[in-house]
Amino acid sequence: MTVVPSGGRQLLWLLLAACLVAGPASGQGPDDEFRNLLAELRDASFADKELIADRLIATGHMGARPVLTALLEDRLFIRQQDQHVFIVKSIGETLTSYELIDPVSLDDTGAATPDELAKIGTNNRLRRFLRTTIARFALASPDVEVRLDAVKELLRSLDAPAIELLRQRKGSETDSRVTYEIETALALASLDDGDSAARVSAIQTLADRLSPEVRNRLAALLEKADDGSFAEKDEAVRAAAADAIEGIDTARSIYTGIETLFFGLSLGSVLVLAAIGLAITFGVMGVINMAHGELMMLGAYTTYVVQTMMPRHIDASVLVAVPAAFVVAGIAGVLIERTIIRFLYGRPLETLLATFGVSLVLQQLVRSVFSANNRSVVTPGWMSGTLQINDALAITYNRLYIVFFTVIVFGILLAVLKRTRLGLDIRAVSQNRAMARAMGIRSEWVDAMTFGLGAGIAGVAGVALSQLTNVGPNLGQSYIIDSFMVVVFGGVGNLWGTFIGGISLGIINKLLEPYAGAVLGKIFVLVALILFIQRRPRGLFPQTGRAAEAA
Amino acid sequence: MTPVAGPQRSPFEDRASLAFLALLAVVAIAVPVLNLSVPPSSAFHLSTYALTLIGKYLCYAMLALAVDLIWGFCGILSLGHAAFFALGGYAMGMYLMRQIGTRGVYGHPVLPDFMVFLNWTDLPWFWYGFDRLWFAMLMVAIVPGVLAYVFGWLAFRSRVTGVYLSIMTQALSYALMLAFFRNDMGFGGNNGFTDFKDILGFDLQEDATRSVLLVITTLSLAASYCGCRAIVNSRAGRVIRAIRDAESRTRFLGYRVESYKLWVFVFSAVVAGVAGALYVPQVGIINPSEFEPINSIEVVIWVAVGGRGTLFGAAAGAALVNYAKTYFTAALPEVWLYALGAIFVGVTLFLPRGLAGLLPAASRRQ
Repeated sequence: MTVVPSGGRQLLWLLLAACLVAGPASGQGPDDEFRNLLAELRDASFADKELIADRLIATGHMGARPVLTALLEDRLFIRQQDQHVFIVKSIGETLTSYELIDPVSLDDTGAATPDELAKIGTNNRLRRFLRTTIARFALASPDVEVRLDAVKELLRSLDAPAIELLRQRKGSETDSRVTYEIETALALASLDDGDSAARVSAIQTLADRLSPEVRNRLAALLEKADDGSFAEKDEAVRAAAADAIEGIDTARSIYTGIETLFFGLSLGSVLVLAAIGLAITFGVMGVINMAHGELMMLGAYTTYVVQTMMPRHIDASVLVAVPAAFVVAGIAGVLIERTIIRFLYGRPLETLLATFGVSLVLQQLVRSVFSANNRSVVTPGWMSGTLQINDALAITYNRLYIVFFTVIVFGILLAVLKRTRLGLDIRAVSQNRAMARAMGIRSEWVDAMTFGLGAGIAGVAGVALSQLTNVGPNLGQSYIIDSFMVVVFGGVGNLWGTFIGGISLGIINKLLEPYAGAVLGKIFVLVALILFIQRRPRGLFPQTGRAAEAA
Repeated sequence: MTPVAGPQRSPFEDRASLAFLALLAVVAIAVPVLNLSVPPSSAFHLSTYALTLIGKYLCYAMLALAVDLIWGFCGILSLGHAAFFALGGYAMGMYLMRQIGTRGVYGHPVLPDFMVFLNWTDLPWFWYGFDRLWFAMLMVAIVPGVLAYVFGWLAFRSRVTGVYLSIMTQALSYALMLAFFRNDMGFGGNNGFTDFKDILGFDLQEDATRSVLLVITTLSLAASYCGCRAIVNSRAGRVIRAIRDAESRTRFLGYRVESYKLWVFVFSAVVAGVAGALYVPQVGIINPSEFEPINSIEVVIWVAVGGRGTLFGAAAGAALVNYAKTYFTAALPEVWLYALGAIFVGVTLFLPRGLAGLLPAASRRQ
């Protein structure tokens, strides 16, 4: 950065002025040229600022767009003490210090109080000019996303120069998404066309657009003034607009419906994930494991520990955490089974009490080791963000991954139960313990493995939950009741029942939410479930055969 | 399964009942005397804090009695009794809120503070009548009773039993908790009711008022004990025990199992509601966290610790566990959950009959 002694400043200005008259000096580097142009902004009139803006763009410097955007948003300042130009990150009445960005390098360069800075002013005309200039600059960008954003920005405030700009761009645009948005913008502009046929054809173009701007603009055509006259005089155009709005509304409500269904699906997946381990211990073994939620909590804390152990590989940490959580929770499960539950078989209500005691101990253990505060688990980059399908439908990646994850876990579990030796043993023991033992199956070992499997799945569910909610000692408690509901609703001892039960409860919950609110919706679901159980005391898919008689 | 016949009243049980009632009589006389008549300087003085604590334990004992009646004798493990307790408490709380009158923060003559805060202008219809104690007391019994009747009628008629029933009662409690947390329900939302002033014109902060409340609680506990004992010892009581031991067999013998279960369940819910109503003026607050499912599970633990199917054991278990809780949470807060967890596990593994099972004569029973 050039340090100018204050005495020599006048001289420098003279020199600069001379340079400008002579045009860009060949001896200067691009940074210097850019910096000099910036310095001119201080004393320039509004009209001169327009010229300077054009020349800033002409330099092709990477700082040109941020500087002009900052000027447009009143964030371009001059520091009083050295007369240097800076971009301010954000301005506000309440901020006592502004963070400064160097306009040439675009690096952070400390902070200053508002008193030390002088704003470079703009007027309406200049702002309009800047907006078009920036957009034109952005429209020529090689980056498709920048062009797309620029068109969307222009869409919000269409004026004559902007329309002209878009019209020019339309011919040379190659990307279909950008072309689509340009067509939207031009059609919106044609709504003010004098020719009513042109207006009708514009409306027809707009009829399959989903953005709220288009809908609002079309709705404005149908507005009635106080004297009974419509904003749009031509009846045919009004009819076309009404049709188009109806079409847009239908499409939007369909997409909203899809979005709600997807939310329900992701909530249902979480419920399935939380309940499926319980379905094994509760359904297959007849053990009411109240510590199930705490086993999920162990899984979530395992994720946290794995992340603190590999802070530089957060993206991979979640993948490492899944098997780790399975092992940790699984071992805890086997320990619980060997030390407590095996003494309580055939007394389901007693297992409820004992495992509840275990859950209290585990909660306190976590409080002693990790403190009672919530731990922050980082979401890896590939799981954050949204998948924007169109203007009316956006899906967050973490919800999408949870759905996939649930399906995978469920598939693996089914495969283990149906295709492996352990699965065969588990099913044999759950159907007829005495007969299985007579066939040489070590039922004690199978019990321990079954409980370990259920607990391990709970741990895996905990990894997924760590991405959705706070990881704290109470994580388990908030899911245990819902998990029991899912298992009871689906039918004990039936994994498919749990799957379908969980997904449908999730979707019902989300469908009710817009009408009843989250809490009331949940109450409705609980009451409906209580009534449902009266009709079908053994759930959606009741167990049949000998296993049912034993239960 | 052991046949239910045999001696109707084992000598032990009668002696135990007498001992239990005698103990209650001692509490009802000694506690107020030690608090009111013995000067604070004396070593025998009982602080108001201790008096309130004992009152609280007595309410819990009553709740445990209610749970023991249906779990210990009828085999229905209810995980929703804290909800009946809380409903009774709310009915009492509504009366106490109406008694505050103009002494609230906003000084509104009719509306409780939280309604003024929510900009409500009229008293909701379900608050009518709660300015009279007799009406509130009626509701204390009716609201939990009707809820238990409706729930039980649906559940028992369709033969929802065992674990399913337990989880359904838990769902009921959970749904009520969510409902009472809502501000627009008209029950004070999160904060519930508090800042009570007086009951029938007597200041709730006065030692004398508190002593009277304690005596009333002790009498109610004794009355519920006698009521439960009478039910258990009656002919119906033997049917109830038969249902616990072999439900299908009892049904095939021609008994209407649903009706027996239903009426025991309703009676138990009413006892729980009355316990809640006595609890609220003594602790001075009621809020939706009383509905939390964990509370219901804790009640079951008291019963299991004391000894299910003995009634007096349940009451003693409630007092003991809660005394331990008070002691541990003050002295060793981080150890409390470990201790409680260990009690749960230890009692279920090693003391399936609870502490009462340790008494020599009890092991001969049935």
